[in-house]
Amino acid sequence: MSAVSAVQLDKGSTVEAPVREAETRNEEELDVPWQVVVHNDPVNLMTYVTMVFQRVFGYPREKAERHMLEVHHKGRSILWCGVRERAEFYVQQLHGYLLLATLEKIV
Amino acid sequence: MEICRKGEVLQISDLDPFLAELLRQIPASTNSEGEPGAEARLFSRPSAEKEICVEWKSYVEPELRRLFRSSTETVAEDLAQLNGNEKSLRNRTLTIPFEHADAWLNALNQARLVIAEKAKFTDEELNDHDRSPIGSRRDLSLFQVNFYGFLQEFILREMQSG
Repeated sequence: MSAVSAVQLDKGSTVEAPVREAETRNEEELDVPWQVVVHNDPVNLMTYVTMVFQRVFGYPREKAERHMLEVHHKGRSILWCGVRERAEFYVQQLHGYLLLATLEKIV
Repeated sequence: MEICRKGEVLQISDLDPFLAELLRQIPASTNSEGEPGAEARLFSRPSAEKEICVEWKSYVEPELRRLFRSSTETVAEDLAQLNGNEKSLRNRTLTIPFEHADAWLNALNQARLVIAEKAKFTDEELNDHDRSPIGSRRDLSLFQVNFYGFLQEFILREMQSG
């Protein structure tokens, strides 16, 4: 299949029809839930991490503190689960605050 | 040194030349160039999946670099108040607009992470807040990390109190 095909609309007027060149994610992959994980690091302050969780996820202070303490004591905490794009967005926000965060596929 | 909030500004007053110099070093301390460990810490991997990491490097990392640079530039502009020789730094006051608080938190965090990564501090060292006196370059770096952390704590407290 050529990369670009054309559809004739009316006399002398054509528009390029969209062509799927490569499929990066199939429907099944898009349905797989992802989780946002924050990992412990010894430099970030506990109060700072709590504030970041409140800001990024809109969590109330108590919930943000619970996650912060889980990161501190267990080395990691799952902050959020859901679709990949949203998970990527959250991880980008967390990296903006210089937290160690990753997104993981839930298997 | 005294630190307080007065309306829409944070004020650090009675600065001695040593602490003023540490403040002036914040922007330079955020520089991770030529330090692979510090680079890797500031721009950490978002996932174990290679495809995500490749996309991230192309699209997200440049955004993060811009954000970090912008924060550092804001802090450097505020610190221009401390330009001058050592004598003129005695008992100086630094005034920081409260709307710059986020930029300060970010730049201080960058600096702390880069310094800690370069010095390869252990968890034990990082939790030793009472270490004194400063007898080596390493002690000085640890003091710097703790001093910047103290400033972060103050800014956070003021943010939470509204």
